Amino acid sequence: MSEAVVEEAVGEKGGGVAARPLDLSALWQLLYIAGLGVLVLGAILWVLAQWNEGGASDAVDAATGTVTLALSQEPPQMDSTRGTDQVSFRILGHVMEGLLRYDGSNRLVGGVAERWEVRDLSATFWLRPEARWSNGEAVTARDFVFAWRKVLEPANASEYAFILYGIKNAEEVNRGELPPEELGVRAVDERTLHVDFARPVPYFDKLTAFATYNPINEAFYESTNGRYGADAEDLLYNGPFTIASWVHGASLRLEKNPTYWAAERIRLNVIDHAYITTDTNATLNLFKDGKVALAGLNAENLDDAMQQRWKIKRFADGSVYYIGLNHRPERLTSNWHLRKALQKVNDPAELVYKIIKLPGNLPGESLFPVWLKGVRGFFRQEYPVEPHQPDEAMGRVYLRNALEELGLEELPPLTMLIGDSPTARKQAEYYQNLFKRKLDLDVKIDAQIFKQRLAKMTAGDYDLVMAGWGPDYDDPMTFADLFTSWNENNRGRYSNPALDEAVDVARSTSDAQTRMDAMARVQSIIYEDAVVLTQYERGSVYVAHPQVKGVVRRAVGTDPDYTHAWIES
Amino acid sequence: MARYALKRLLQGIVTVWFIATATFFAMHFVPGDPLVNDKAVPPEIRANLEARYGLDKPLPTQYWIYLRNMAKGDFGISFTQQNREVNDIIAEHFKVSATLGILAVVFAAFGGILWGALTALYRNRAPDVIIVMLVILGISVPSFVFAAFGQLGVVKINDWLGFTLFPVAGWGTVQHMIVPSMVLGLGTMAFLTRLMRSSMLEIVNADFVRTARAKGVPATRIFRKHQLRNAILPVITVLGPAIAAITTGGFVVEIVFAIPGLGRYFVQAVQQSDYTVIMGTTVLYGAFLVFMVIAVDLVYGLVDPRVRLE
Repeated sequence: MSEAVVEEAVGEKGGGVAARPLDLSALWQLLYIAGLGVLVLGAILWVLAQWNEGGASDAVDAATGTVTLALSQEPPQMDSTRGTDQVSFRILGHVMEGLLRYDGSNRLVGGVAERWEVRDLSATFWLRPEARWSNGEAVTARDFVFAWRKVLEPANASEYAFILYGIKNAEEVNRGELPPEELGVRAVDERTLHVDFARPVPYFDKLTAFATYNPINEAFYESTNGRYGADAEDLLYNGPFTIASWVHGASLRLEKNPTYWAAERIRLNVIDHAYITTDTNATLNLFKDGKVALAGLNAENLDDAMQQRWKIKRFADGSVYYIGLNHRPERLTSNWHLRKALQKVNDPAELVYKIIKLPGNLPGESLFPVWLKGVRGFFRQEYPVEPHQPDEAMGRVYLRNALEELGLEELPPLTMLIGDSPTARKQAEYYQNLFKRKLDLDVKIDAQIFKQRLAKMTAGDYDLVMAGWGPDYDDPMTFADLFTSWNENNRGRYSNPALDEAVDVARSTSDAQTRMDAMARVQSIIYEDAVVLTQYERGSVYVAHPQVKGVVRRAVGTDPDYTHAWIES
Repeated sequence: MARYALKRLLQGIVTVWFIATATFFAMHFVPGDPLVNDKAVPPEIRANLEARYGLDKPLPTQYWIYLRNMAKGDFGISFTQQNREVNDIIAEHFKVSATLGILAVVFAAFGGILWGALTALYRNRAPDVIIVMLVILGISVPSFVFAAFGQLGVVKINDWLGFTLFPVAGWGTVQHMIVPSMVLGLGTMAFLTRLMRSSMLEIVNADFVRTARAKGVPATRIFRKHQLRNAILPVITVLGPAIAAITTGGFVVEIVFAIPGLGRYFVQAVQQSDYTVIMGTTVLYGAFLVFMVIAVDLVYGLVDPRVRLE
């Protein structure tokens, strides 16, 4: 019976309760219920209080040397051979150490290796005798051999195996064509590691700072029964910190590792990731309440942070965003004139300054971001791109040619595949409007959640797709080989022998000049052929506790890096 | 009674099997692939991944293997957290969701009964009008709005007090639980208030109440024995599904308050096509809901002697 009917019925019967004077004893009864409720709640809370796990401290505690932070998600994979994501790499960077590492001023320095030599087709690393695992055992060359073979072992199915492909026989081992013992890496003795290359890898020293290259203690790995990395006690550490406790989904506490070879240089005692939440507003609220020392900002909460008069910091996070075009022959976007038409009206500056409006982003002018190093200085300074001028008239000329070639009166709507975030939608609507305004071209937006978007991208079910690429290592090659015909990440199936050849040239020599010249050719092909429409180089904005010093933000590697941080009192 | 319970239990198991089957096939037919990631992998590695998760077998075979493992209580290994078993994830995070849920339900039930009875007693007077207005607000405003406002309120209160009365987010102590459980229970409380109000109005002037009054039974006794006990029955009916809904529906509150509950694993699993976690959590939630309803039906017989369970 619905409420209205009930009330009517009551009204008919006795003129309603409203007419009756207030029944005080009934009020007492209500108090009685309320009291009972408070009692029951109190009892439950009291019982729960017995299991208190201890509240989190303030953002910064100078007395104990503790910094409290929030993570955007639980690290999904702490097995360094299989990790792929930024959060896992961030934690691994604090608790593990590879042959080399990046220091507080972002220079490449010795980690487990105290000396190294990278030659044309081989490299040798001499390990420091004082490097220790957290169980006291020495870190030996064999630990690296074991870990690298593990990465490439087919059954391990490591998604980052490709980053080891510079090593001799790595690809063959990964495909199961050769046994792991054939991998071109061997322990000459306990403290000498020798690596043979499949092709010149002049940036191999930088690669060894990447988490996939971390060592693993074989005896310990076997003792975990396939649970290596699943919990704090399923890991053996050789980095500046250890995971002292890990409550899944809730917190992850790092404590200084006393057995670390340079422990006296580590000034923080505890890095407490006391919160795990994807909600950036929640993180900012925690920052406001003085509970975390770092909070990332986005378009929604930037104004809030500005109102608080906090110092807004920024850094380039290294990734490049662009609209990928589908080059499969059955797609309209495989037509060069159409791609050029879109490129001619693309206006990265307008997108960055009028639509995204977040400080720190740079208008995208090339697939190669500005921070990449070239022969001596920065790649983009040595090989500048021609400034991109949006040109509506030229765009329309290209479009006319495209229609002629395609034999069409007018273009059917193009499908633009995007992620399901509000930011992606805002940008997509901007492009929809831009292409309509300038070229009278219709764009249909197809917003999909993460995996569905990837599935559609891989299947080629789109014309345009909003995508991006983050660097894996500190060399222009991490961007240059993206659109080679053999790269699986080339999801638009772009194929151009000239580009493939340029990448081959860059890969077959360790001469910096030749390599960079070849990569500059890749840069101009990407633009001339309108392989993608560049959007922006991403910058991140954040607020940080003023007392915490020496935190490093970087594009490649552990970010943010608190290894060398300290608290100023 | 025992036969009735057994019958209901069997029906419940069939329902859960149906949920599991429907989820399994729906999940596989939805576009999206648990093995596709930001970085594409060579076909060889992909084949290895498929073999590891048994995705290389035909779907009916997968379904059969899956059912067999489920009967054994084994949901396999998560796709996104590759070292953790789904059972581990459920065991670790469901208790958090359940704690939060129980607190929220207790809060909602007592609050709902209290406010509902109050509005009925003060029908059409100021307290009634005000509470009913708040109830409409409570029912129509989604929980993420309450969660955001609740959190902002906590920040402001702490700022004003100069110390942390309630933590802004996180989990682990009693103080962490209070604000999120109130936020989570608010919607249900509003709903129960309305329910309680109407059922209270229905019997406030019922014949047996009038008779009791005529016999000179004290008002407190009439309220407790005759009105409240009758009025509370519909509330108990919806309490079962409400407990399940609250415990399983805390996703937004869990995200906002950084609570390690199962809700976010459930939602993220769907977004990331994490097949094994989707199956584990859906079957768990489904079973929880089904058996909650059965439990309430059985309890009903105890509370209301007029109901005979056959």
